[in-house]
Amino acid sequence: MADAPKTAAIKKIKAAGPMKDLMGAYFKELDEAARQRSARVAWCSSVGPAELLRALGFRVYFPENHGALLGTSRLATEYIPEANAIGYAPTICSYLTSDVGAWLKKTTPLTKAFGMEGVPRPDLLAFNTNQCRDVQDWFAFYSREYQVPIVGIETPRSVNEVDAAHLAGLTAQYRALVPKLEEVAGQKLDLDRLREVVASSYRCTLLWKQVLRAGTHRPAPITFFDGTIHMGPAVVLRGDPRAEEYYQLLAAELEERIKGGVAAVEGERLRFYWDGMPVWGKLREHAETFAAAQGCVVASTYCNSWIFEALAEKDPFVGMARAYTELFIVRAEAYKERYLETMARDYGIHGIIYHESMTCPNNSNNRYGLPGRMAKKLGIPYVVIQGDLNDLRCYSDEQTRTQLEALFEQLHDRA
Amino acid sequence: MPDDPAGAIAALAAALYCGVDLGASATKVALVDGAGSLRGWSVRPSGVDYRAAALAGQEEALRQAGAAPGLLGRTVATGYGRDNVSFADDRRTEIQCHGVGVYHVLHRALTVIDIGGQDNKVIRLDAAGRRLHFRMNRKCAAGTGAFLEEIALRLDLPLGSLDALAAGATEAVQLSSFCTVFAKTEILAHLRRGVPVGAIVRGAFASVVARVVEMDPLPGEVVLTGGVIAHNPTVGVLLQERLGRAVVVPPHPQLAGAIGAALIARHGLASSAQEGLDA
Repeated sequence: MADAPKTAAIKKIKAAGPMKDLMGAYFKELDEAARQRSARVAWCSSVGPAELLRALGFRVYFPENHGALLGTSRLATEYIPEANAIGYAPTICSYLTSDVGAWLKKTTPLTKAFGMEGVPRPDLLAFNTNQCRDVQDWFAFYSREYQVPIVGIETPRSVNEVDAAHLAGLTAQYRALVPKLEEVAGQKLDLDRLREVVASSYRCTLLWKQVLRAGTHRPAPITFFDGTIHMGPAVVLRGDPRAEEYYQLLAAELEERIKGGVAAVEGERLRFYWDGMPVWGKLREHAETFAAAQGCVVASTYCNSWIFEALAEKDPFVGMARAYTELFIVRAEAYKERYLETMARDYGIHGIIYHESMTCPNNSNNRYGLPGRMAKKLGIPYVVIQGDLNDLRCYSDEQTRTQLEALFEQLHDRA
Repeated sequence: MPDDPAGAIAALAAALYCGVDLGASATKVALVDGAGSLRGWSVRPSGVDYRAAALAGQEEALRQAGAAPGLLGRTVATGYGRDNVSFADDRRTEIQCHGVGVYHVLHRALTVIDIGGQDNKVIRLDAAGRRLHFRMNRKCAAGTGAFLEEIALRLDLPLGSLDALAAGATEAVQLSSFCTVFAKTEILAHLRRGVPVGAIVRGAFASVVARVVEMDPLPGEVVLTGGVIAHNPTVGVLLQERLGRAVVVPPHPQLAGAIGAALIARHGLASSAQEGLDA
C-alpha cells in the first residue's frame, strides 16, 4: 500500500465514444419502432433467444440492460420500494424490482441518456430461465400490464455436463417458440436469415472473447470495470453486424495497447478476478479503489458470460440450445470450480473477489463453500464482499473498502 | 551522515511511534518506543469529530507516557476513521493492525478474533506472523459491540454493568434471531415472562459468541481482542465453553489494533515482509 499512487490512474478507452454512438443508435431505432410501429418490439432476457427474435425482424429490447442503467445511475434504490409495495419482495432480483418500480413511477434513465420518452412498448416478451426464475416473473408482470404474449425457454439449472438429453429437450423448446413468434412478427421464419443472424452473433462472440482475453497480457490493457460498460453491444446487438464492427475497433485499440505495453491501470502490480455481478452503483469507486492499490481486475465471470462459442450457423437451433445452456450460471459447482481454476491460471490471478449479491443468489458463488475450495486449489487469497447488483441498501462502503484494502495489504506484503 | 551520529541514534531510540485506531465506538491510541514496548495509551469515545478524538487521544497518550510531542516519530492510523486522522503518515486496515499487535506479544500461529463496536474480524496468522486468511462479519450489527449497546438500551442498563450481570447469572436465555432488532423483540418476551435480567444479558453474550463461531472454523489457538472483550470478560468465558478449549486474551485487548499500527509506524512506511513485524 505504501508505494501505491495516491490517486487512481486509469487509462480511458477511446472506443467508448463510438460505443456510446452505437448504443444511441440502437435505442433510437427501438424508440422509433415502438412509437411509429415500423417494426415489432420484443423484450428479451439477456441470454434469451435474441437471434431468433432478430431473425424475425423484431427490434429487441433487454430489460436487464435497463436494470443495469438504473443501477449505474443510482436510481435503482429509489424505485425498488415501489415494487416492494405491490408485493415484490426486497429479497428478490433488484433488476426486477428497480425496473418494475421505475415503470410504476413512469420514469426511465433512457430519457436523460438517449432522449426516449419511455421504455419501448413490447409486442412480445421472451425469456430464458437459464439465469433464474426471476426473469420469468419479471416478464410476466409486463405481459399482464401490456396484455401481450409471453414465451420462454425453461432451462434446467445446476447442470454438470450439457448432454444430448438436455439438448434434445431445449432444441425442441426453441423450435416450439417459432409459431407464436411468427404470429406476432407477422412473417414466417426464414432459416437462411436465422443462420445469418447466428453467424453474426458468433463472430461477435469471438471478437468479444478476443477483447476479454486481452486481459491475459501483463499489464492488462482492459479492466473488468471497462468490460462491464463495453459489453453493451455484445448483450443488446449480438446478431447485428454493427456489434462486430464495434468489437473490431475495440480489439484493435487493445492490441495497440498490448504492443505499446500500455496498462489499463498504471503501474499494475496485482491482478484480480471478480466473481459475481458488478455493484453497478459503485463501478467507479471500485475501479478507483483497485487502481489506487495498483490492482487491476483483469477477468470476471460476469463479462465472460456473454461468450457463446457453441452458436452454430449450420445448426442454429441446436447451437442456441447448447450456447445458452453451457453458460457458467447454469452449471453445477464442479464445472464452476474447473472454470475458475482455468481462468485464475490463464490470467495470472493474485486474488479473487467474490461478490455475494444479496438479491441475486444464482450469480453469487460463495454460498456453498466454493471460495474456500478454490483457495485450497489455487493457493491464492480471496474476499467475499456483501452487496448487491442494484440495491445499495445491501451494500456497505466501509466494510467493502476495509476488506479490499486488507486483501491488498496481504498481497503487497507477500510481494 | 549527520554531524552527531551518536546523538541521532540516541534520539531515534528515544522516539515514540504512534498508532491511532479510530473505531466506530472508541478511539484508541498507543505509543511504542524503539524497542516496541508500550509507553502510553488512551481510549476515548470517537464521538462525532473523529479528527479531534484522534488528536485528544494522542495528547492523552503522550501525557501518560510523560513524553513531549517532539519525541513523536511516525503515526499510522487504522480503524473505520483512519482517513480522518489527518496527521497520520500512513493508513492500514484494522485487520492487519490487530494481527501485528497480537503477534508482537504472542509470537506464534494464532487465530485472532477482534470483536469491535461495529464489526467482527477473524484473522489467521501462521507461525511467522503472516496472514493466511481473514473474514469479516456480514453487513449486520448482530454479534458486535453495537448489539450489546442496543441490548443495554433495551434493558435500561448502563453498558458497564452488563459483564457483572452476565458473570453472576446461572442461566442464559436463547436469543435465536440473526437480527438485532428481532433479538430485542425476543428480549421483550423474556421480560414479560419474568426472566431475570442477568439471564437475558448472559444470553446476549452467548449470542455474540454464536455469531463469531459462525464466521470461521477458528482453528488452533484463539486470541480475543477488541473493546467487547476488554469490557466484558465473560464473553471470553462463554467462547471458551463453546469451543471447549482455552481462549487467550492479551494484555490491553482493546489496544491491539492501535499497538499494531504503532509497530507498523516503528518499522517505517515500507511494508514488512512479515505481517507480524519482528519485535
